[in-house]
Amino acid sequence: MTAAAAVLPGTFANGVARGRVEIVQFLRDRTAVVFTFAFPAMLLLLFGTIFGDDYENSGISVAQVYTASMIAYGILNTGFITMGSGLALDREDGTLKRLHGTPITSTAYLLGKLILVFVLSVAEVATLLLVGVLVYDMPMPEASHWVTFAWLFLLSVIACTLCGIAVSALVKHARTAGAILNVPVVALQFISGVFIHPITQLPAWLITVASFFPVKWMSQGFRYVFLPDSMKRYEAAGQWELGRTAMVLGAWCVIGLVLCLLTFRWSEKDQ
Amino acid sequence: MAGMDAIEVRGLRKTYRGHDAVRGIDLSVTRGEVFALLGPNGAGKTTTVEILEGHRKRSGGEVSVLGEDPGAAGRAWRARIGVVLQDAEDAADLTVTEMVRHIAGFYPDPRPVEEVIDLVGLTEKRKSKIRALSGGQRRRVDVALGMVGRPELLFLDEPTTGFDPAARRQFWDLIRTLAAEGTTILLTTHYLEEAEALADRLAVLAGGLIVAEGTPATLGGRAAAGAKVSWRHGGVQHTEQVTDPTELIRKLVAEEADLTTLTVTRPTLEDTYLQLIGVN
Ligand SMILES: Nc1ncnc2c1ncn2[C@@H]1O[C@H](COP(=O)(O)OP(=O)(O)OP(=O)(O)O)[C@@H](O)[C@H]1O
Ligand SMILES: [Mg+2]
Repeated sequence: MTAAAAVLPGTFANGVARGRVEIVQFLRDRTAVVFTFAFPAMLLLLFGTIFGDDYENSGISVAQVYTASMIAYGILNTGFITMGSGLALDREDGTLKRLHGTPITSTAYLLGKLILVFVLSVAEVATLLLVGVLVYDMPMPEASHWVTFAWLFLLSVIACTLCGIAVSALVKHARTAGAILNVPVVALQFISGVFIHPITQLPAWLITVASFFPVKWMSQGFRYVFLPDSMKRYEAAGQWELGRTAMVLGAWCVIGLVLCLLTFRWSEKDQ
Repeated sequence: MAGMDAIEVRGLRKTYRGHDAVRGIDLSVTRGEVFALLGPNGAGKTTTVEILEGHRKRSGGEVSVLGEDPGAAGRAWRARIGVVLQDAEDAADLTVTEMVRHIAGFYPDPRPVEEVIDLVGLTEKRKSKIRALSGGQRRRVDVALGMVGRPELLFLDEPTTGFDPAARRQFWDLIRTLAAEGTTILLTTHYLEEAEALADRLAVLAGGLIVAEGTPATLGGRAAAGAKVSWRHGGVQHTEQVTDPTELIRKLVAEEADLTTLTVTRPTLEDTYLQLIGVN
């Protein structure tokens, strides 16, 4: 009776509180911090060192192309992998059940996750750009490209996070989450122009397959942002296709959201 | 079913893949009451409690908790209940204060964080990571999180597992304080003395069925079970089972029997319990 007059805290405030706690918990788990940030940076250093030549005589170094493409991988890593395994872990250690015993909404919980991924992705992209600038002398783009970067980054983070949440419904045990989630991630890197570029080296049907998924569009978009305009001739269509990129990523945000709403469960199913 | 009762259960059933864990139980807990659910491992206590909390779906029967169906109740209902689960390992990297404050933030009118931590006796450990707490201390965090939202109805599933004797007494005092404030409490426990110390009423669950229900004094016909009177007389041990020992003792006094060895014993709650669940 006493609580009847009091007002329930808003979903947004609760979501921000969740986001804060998620970040604190993430930062206190040192191995996760090191692994999440060091892995894409290490790959970039490896690729840059192994293939460090002039890119097809374009005056751009291979390392710079990798730096741009690897941003897509960085976001995939923080969005899809961190989210998918994080949710599986929350289900397993009782975090979800604990929260479901309180008046928090699922939207607030997911908002917290999104905040975590957003912060991690910003840090991840900054790390990769730092490597690109310091090690590979990558020039920073002009202001108009940063506008593209902003929407591309946002759409990418949201699409990857939502898909990660949706896929985590397939993960039974947190132990196996990394292994399961890495299958689509690694496969998509290879066919989406992240690890292998120009993407036109791939058979046409494989490029078509890749075009259904977000990663191809993400890596292509980030190459637009960070590379000179002339580099567009190495893309699948010979164009940057920004409009189509926005459409595909936007569609994946919607698909991800629908999958999320369909698959999100507070509690495990009965065994 | 929206009467005075905090909890109303009729014919509750739960089946896990063909295994009947709860096989049709009736239960009612009045507002302000402390109700204990006893029963051996696997009896269906957690299953029952988690259905009442809205964590699990029931297979059949009617359930009303604070006037609502837990399977369909919303946020406002959740704000009125408190939940202490049987096992949780979450938030290991947060400190006690951080976690209690975090959970408190989801409620409309939470208790002060410091006060709750003090009530469960964790003031000295408030800055420790939950990971670094002992099992019993970790359990006290769970209790703190269950009560921080000022629930009208508090569920506690084996809350004192791992508590040392002093902590258990402190916990009992805490439950009595909450009960005195009008909180309805449903707890499960394996400690008979805990049920006896706290519960207004209790029920014994075995194999998914309620085998007895009553007050600690009357459970399973305990009050009517009578007493066993023993004494030694002339080097011979005598034992008699009687409903009311008064008559017998009066007789013994009149006979000037040696009463220095006289004992009168009634079945303890534990004796009654063990008999109810089919041990002995
Ligand atoms: N999620 C589940 N899936 C399948 N079977 C389950 C599940 N949870 C419980 N059971 C089964 O249901 C029965 C009752 O379990 P429950 O956890 O309710 O017992 P309990 O009385 O709480 O026992 P304890 O005292 O050990 O905590 C057991 O036989 C158990 O194996
Ligand atoms: Mg149990």
